[in-house]
Amino acid sequence: MTGGPAGAAPPAPTILPGGLPAGLPGAGAVPASGFGAFVARARAAGVLVVQPRMGMADPLRMRDGLRATRDADAVTVGTVTLDSYTRTGDLDAARRALAEGVGLNGYPIATHCADTTRTVLQGVMDARFPVQVRHGSAMPEHIVRALLAVGLDATEGGPVSYCLPYSRTPLREAVTAWRRSCELLASMREYGSEPHLETFGGCLMGQLCPPSLLIAVSVLEALFFRQHGLTSVSLSYAQQADPRQDEEALTVLARLAGELLPDVDHHVVLYAYMGVFPRSPGGARLLLEDAARLAVRAGAARLIVKTTAEAHRIPTVGENVRALETAAAAAADERARPALSAVPRACGPGTAATAAATAAATAAATAATTAAATAVAVVPDTGIEAEARALIGAVLELDTDVGRALVRAFAAGYLDVPYCLHPDNAGRARTSLAPDGRLLWSSVGSMPIAGLAADGPRPPILGSAGLISALSHVQRTYDDRAADPSAPTATAEVTAAACPPRPHLPQCRTDPPRPPEPPRTPVPPRTTSTPRRELGPTTP
Amino acid sequence: MEQHAVEQHGKAEPTGLDVIVTTMASDSHTWNLVFLQLLLEELGHRVTNLGACVPDELLVAECCRIEPDLIVLSSVNGHGFHDGLRVVEALRACPELAGTPTVIGGKLGISGSGTPARQRALLTAGFDGVFEEGGSVLDFQSFVGSLPAGSGSRALTAGSGVLL
Ligand code: B12
Repeated sequence: MTGGPAGAAPPAPTILPGGLPAGLPGAGAVPASGFGAFVARARAAGVLVVQPRMGMADPLRMRDGLRATRDADAVTVGTVTLDSYTRTGDLDAARRALAEGVGLNGYPIATHCADTTRTVLQGVMDARFPVQVRHGSAMPEHIVRALLAVGLDATEGGPVSYCLPYSRTPLREAVTAWRRSCELLASMREYGSEPHLETFGGCLMGQLCPPSLLIAVSVLEALFFRQHGLTSVSLSYAQQADPRQDEEALTVLARLAGELLPDVDHHVVLYAYMGVFPRSPGGARLLLEDAARLAVRAGAARLIVKTTAEAHRIPTVGENVRALETAAAAAADERARPALSAVPRACGPGTAATAAATAAATAAATAATTAAATAVAVVPDTGIEAEARALIGAVLELDTDVGRALVRAFAAGYLDVPYCLHPDNAGRARTSLAPDGRLLWSSVGSMPIAGLAADGPRPPILGSAGLISALSHVQRTYDDRAADPSAPTATAEVTAAACPPRPHLPQCRTDPPRPPEPPRTPVPPRTTSTPRRELGPTTP
Repeated sequence: MEQHAVEQHGKAEPTGLDVIVTTMASDSHTWNLVFLQLLLEELGHRVTNLGACVPDELLVAECCRIEPDLIVLSSVNGHGFHDGLRVVEALRACPELAGTPTVIGGKLGISGSGTPARQRALLTAGFDGVFEEGGSVLDFQSFVGSLPAGSGSRALTAGSGVLL
């Protein structure tokens, strides 16, 4: 760590024992050490923590990657991303791949011997540079045991988010395995460490999932972690296709976390876009910068970056370091102009609310300059909060045990992840993508949220060409922006907009509508012998 | 582990093919599978989509049970080349599937677009087509279009005597 990004950024947090600021807003009891404490200190100092997705099979390269992350010009935490064989519990395949020198897509932590991994971490990981294991496993006990054995105690996932989109494991079994894994992690508190667990529920399929469901699953997974003994957690949310919608979503997530996890150290972590990424380096950078700006505006404490290689292959260490530094610089830049980004949001959808909103925005701007760690944003309410509350409430009513409640909720279709093929997912929910990138429901299935976000029926995404077009909306938008630098950035759009653009208010957009262009991903010609239609229910 | 097949939708042509769309054990990506299912159904074929992380035994068992006209393997997590070599060997070892058109596509390695050597290795191992990124979808459509009509013709060549 070489300190905060240059420029107007506040200094990097001092990570000295006992140097904790008391009573951080929005977070419960802040632990004295560990991953959660590090992020809390950075947040108190007004600096966004940035983190890569990084994992390679070779221990020496993994060590180099961690060191380069630590030494980047940004406030960073390290990552060990695991390979797909380890994720799916196929340790034989991981061992064979290592023996044969086959390229793996991550670090096989349960296959390398513990001493090897200790050497990878030795002299790199310490109180100033915590390291988190990222995996994607529905049955993660072998992974949790392996990481605890080498002195790591921060990881991520969740019984829903690492089961439905990541496996064909029955949800019930994933819940049991995750309960045991949480208990294992939490047992480390006896030895004075403060294990940290992050929800992956804010990502789900990576794209095309409306925010309210991401928030609900993220919050429910955090409640599950707390029920099984964790006292330091983070709640994820993945950047989607419209910065205004994302800002509203992040604000709601922070509010619900504050309400429902008052006694637990927690922070919000934003993932840079998790869907089909821009192909051009310029487009990828613009999207990452927007993620960093969004994180700052919405008060997220940590950002997980994506690189310019995302659309193509596993990134190099160098590409990851550049992404970390790009994000840190954009975050510092955004933080240096809080007034600018706070004021336009005073424009609420309703005129009655405008005066109060303006006053609040002024207060927000003042607060943001005086206390950078305090995120106060005035964002229009499009119904995300009502939907998220309805989903969380309906699930928690099913059972006092969060895990059982989750299993029953999916069986009843109260939670239903759009386009997810898992047999335990009802598969009736479908998404609609407005021209401005806003994610809406075209079908809510049996989820108890019908009619909560106003405005009539939404057109569904139709056929293979429609699906590719929706999946590549963000890629197309940012590759176009990179090709034409005069096109307004998402941030500029937010700032310049006279009121928050809604899909039914196209006149609010400041950028002229562009003629439709072919998506970057080749779209098959419409030689369809059957009519284009929405993907039907995916009953197992 | 519970079987996980996705219901088939849309109006298949009488001459349409029975197609299995699947990924392999280590890969959890499914947008690729949903896309391929829609594409093939739009072309008039009947699709069974096996979903995420399909274990080798389940994959082979489903293919033996359904005896499809075409098997489409898709993988994007970077392990597809090695997983594909293993799986095609298992498929070809089944007498019922020895001649079934079988293709693979997606992002098959971890270092970017495919090499001719990788493609040759996959063809040698038993695949009839390899569709790595870049225009692969159009090539795939012409490949599918060049296959003999499904159901009846396949049942005859397979000698099962059962006309579907
Ligand atoms: C969305 C996404 C996810 C989602 C997936 C959700 C889901 N259920 O599908 C989540 C977040 C869960 C995820 C997880 C992971 N992902 Co991912 N993911 C992506 C991402 C961003 C988009 C993929 C996508 O949905 N594309 C849309 C579909 C429709 O297109 P497609 O899959 O590219 O397929 C197209 C073509 O390849 C082609 N095609 C595909 N298969 C076939 C087959 C045939 C026969 C034909 C003709 C054509 C064809 O047709 C499609 C349309 O053109 C890509 C990067 C990107 N492209 O931007 C990474 C990416 C694919 N993921 C990657 C990895 C490694 C993972 C993880 C292993 C985590 C990790 N180590 O980083 C895990 C998977 C765990 C596991 N067990 O495998 C890597 C793969 C690296 C490589 N191959 O070099 C990528 C490229 C990101 C990166 N640069 O690191 N991922």
